[in-house]
Amino acid sequence: MADLRVNFAGIKAPNPFWLASAPPTNSGYQVQRAFEAGWGGAVWKTLGDPILNVSSRFAGTSYNGQRVAGFNNIELITDRPLEVNLKEIYETKKRFPNHAVIASLMVEPNQKAWHEIVKRVQDVGVDGFELNFGCPHGMAERGMGAASGQVPELVEKQTYWAKEVAEVPVIVKLTPNITDITATAYAAVQGGADAISMINTINSLAGVDLDSWNTIPNVAGKGAHGGYCGPAVKPIALNMVAECARHPEINLPISGMGGVSDWKDAVEFMLMGAGSIQVCTAAMHHGFSIVEDMIDGLNNYLDDKGIVDLDGIIGKSVEKYSDWGNLDLNYKVVARINNDTCINCNKCHIACEDTSHQCIDMLTDDSGEAILRVREEDCVGCNLCSIVCPVDGAIDMIEIPNGEPMTWNERQAAIKLTV
Amino acid sequence: MHLNRVKNKKISLDDLRVNFSEIEPALTQKEAMDEANRCLYCYDAPCIKACPTDINIPSFIKKIASGNLKGSAKVIMEANPVGASCARVCPTEELCEGACVLNDASLPIMIGNLQRHATNWAIQNNQQLFKAGDAKGKSVAIIGGGPAGLSAARELARIGYEVTIYEAKEKAGGLDTYGIVSFRLPQEVSLWEVEQVENLGVTIHTNTMVGRDVKVEEILTNYDAVILAIGMSKVPMLGIEGEEAEGVYDAIDFVENTKTPPLDHQFIGKKIVIIGAGNTAIDAATCSVRLGAGDVKMVYRRTEAEMTAYEFEYEFAKQDGVEFRWLTQPTKIVTDEHGKVKALECVRMELGEPDESGRRRPVEVPDSEFTMEVDAVIKAIGQSRYVSLIEELGLDHNRGIVKINQETHETSNPKVYAAGDVIFGDGQGDAMVVTAAQQGKLTAHAIHQKFISADHMAVENA
Repeated sequence: MADLRVNFAGIKAPNPFWLASAPPTNSGYQVQRAFEAGWGGAVWKTLGDPILNVSSRFAGTSYNGQRVAGFNNIELITDRPLEVNLKEIYETKKRFPNHAVIASLMVEPNQKAWHEIVKRVQDVGVDGFELNFGCPHGMAERGMGAASGQVPELVEKQTYWAKEVAEVPVIVKLTPNITDITATAYAAVQGGADAISMINTINSLAGVDLDSWNTIPNVAGKGAHGGYCGPAVKPIALNMVAECARHPEINLPISGMGGVSDWKDAVEFMLMGAGSIQVCTAAMHHGFSIVEDMIDGLNNYLDDKGIVDLDGIIGKSVEKYSDWGNLDLNYKVVARINNDTCINCNKCHIACEDTSHQCIDMLTDDSGEAILRVREEDCVGCNLCSIVCPVDGAIDMIEIPNGEPMTWNERQAAIKLTV
Repeated sequence: MHLNRVKNKKISLDDLRVNFSEIEPALTQKEAMDEANRCLYCYDAPCIKACPTDINIPSFIKKIASGNLKGSAKVIMEANPVGASCARVCPTEELCEGACVLNDASLPIMIGNLQRHATNWAIQNNQQLFKAGDAKGKSVAIIGGGPAGLSAARELARIGYEVTIYEAKEKAGGLDTYGIVSFRLPQEVSLWEVEQVENLGVTIHTNTMVGRDVKVEEILTNYDAVILAIGMSKVPMLGIEGEEAEGVYDAIDFVENTKTPPLDHQFIGKKIVIIGAGNTAIDAATCSVRLGAGDVKMVYRRTEAEMTAYEFEYEFAKQDGVEFRWLTQPTKIVTDEHGKVKALECVRMELGEPDESGRRRPVEVPDSEFTMEVDAVIKAIGQSRYVSLIEELGLDHNRGIVKINQETHETSNPKVYAAGDVIFGDGQGDAMVVTAAQQGKLTAHAIHQKFISADHMAVENA
């Protein structure tokens, strides 16, 4: 049994699986149910001046029948009075003293407002703060959330104001709706943040109804952009976590989130530098009980690898993530089709023939059976065939010895020398 | 048919109609979407090659998944004018589903059920899927409005030929309308396919038997081409005593009687024996069960291994509680004083040396005679041919199997073509609805090709 406890920037929790600030953490009732189910922590739905919400708030995207491949929402921060939330936070923390209760905060960008809310909330005994600089819809139109999170100076300044009065760790939650997330991450560093978290949701329009031509979702026939999350955004989130993790001047713990659906996603985020994991869509899709397999799967994975705690994986793949110019131009892989496993759907052939490098032949073997074969000399090792192949183990990408390593950067440097 | 999806397995003796309602439920919308999304959309897909009518199966399934049901139904019906019937009656395990690449990886796609889903949509939404072509000024007569005839008519009408079908029965559709058990294929499905063809301007003269109601010479002279698609005839004689008795039925007639209401109540609780072990024999047996018979047995002079019924049909009959008496040869039908069937005398057989068909010849076991008490005997030992009409048309044939040029479907009379069961046999084709449909289609195309070439010749000679 591996040790799954985390100490994230000083915030302790029995495991790294925290509910993200979102509808699942709207109330004490929900957060306490989550803790009973096994979640290690929760970031309370963003506190601030209570807002008014609209009716019809969420939309899911389906892909080939798979529901909630992505998820879109136009819900704002908490719509409940601050006192009510604070009372429930107090009760929750009292009942679950060893679980992490983190308060997400959002106020207008001025020092007084930040001081006021930080003080009031920390009085009820939260384990940390998460500054919501990421919510992309609604609040951003009022100069908060992503609107302030897209301006590095505002990120730095507001972080600084929060830190001026905070007695518990301050996490800065970043918006992905920005060209280079490391710029705002660095601003958080400059502002004195104890940690950063990412990603908040991505600007999105989930769909348009083909009959009414209304947006999805629509509010009385009108729509506005929402925030996108769920499995579809995982690669975007993972890259942003990794970019921050490998940035030499951003040496802060990272709480990773964005499409984490199971323990495997969580391990990937951790390998890329996340010290804790936040989840929302998966819980909204399936309920709090999904954390059981997240914990169990992570534990079994660590045990199988002989790893005793999370330090054994956190950040271990970061050094493998680099710039394109550092990739070895001479490294070569080719596709090899295992005809014993192949079911002859020919998807690899047509994918290669129509859209890649025309190197998979449909042939007949000596016994008259249809087989597929890669002309390795023409294969560029793009992986497309193995991606579209529906059967595990039917196509392997095999490394071919191909001379001394040489990166683009090395090549350019060598050319310069010879000129 | 997927036996695990079969519903209403219980036989009602109060309301026999219930027993004849379609046994396999249609896919629900969700089942259809889940299944359609499971299709891999193979390139050069083996299911297409395994379909006698070359339906582009991945294409119609993708269209179900994308919500384009009209497009899906068109893909199916374009390749197979009786595609709604075939969705239900094709032995898919032997054809498309048997070829599905997922057989090797998980479970094959339920292609037949998806085909049914898409064509059901077209039926329920009153879609006319195709239009008649611009008139070509040539006419074609089709003798027989079954799958082959309808298929040929549909194709010819789409190209622009004036098509007239002569159908002996009250309704067109042939086997699909009258010969396939209702609980597999409701008659309205077949009639929808007939209507699709009629809506292209095809004239169908029903209750019109060529040679009886219309002269053969009339047909041969009044049309530019003739397609013979008359299928097969009644079950032949067994050649045993008592065959003419009351209570002896032809399996084809027996099944046909269950297709049109009212259902016959006289078999409730009765003992019925079916002679034969092919697909029609199974149909007769399962219909007997559904008519409320108390005891249904099939007798066959060979063994389970030699029976010609499809595996799934055999399974289905077993699930229906049909008993099988292998290596049993009927020798005499015993009647009571009113001339009604009372018993069936049989003799036990054993398998000897292989015969000309390669199957081991059954030979009598000496002194093994025994008698079975029965109330009805149904003969299902194959079908005879409409030899007299074939001869009246003057066509070369072999025991009623019309000889054709495999390329052009032309008979010995270059103006007369043949398709469907009338050419089945002697190693020519399969007796499946789907094969007949394809032959009808190909015959139509062959006729068109011939007329085109003739036109070209005429132009060149002018």
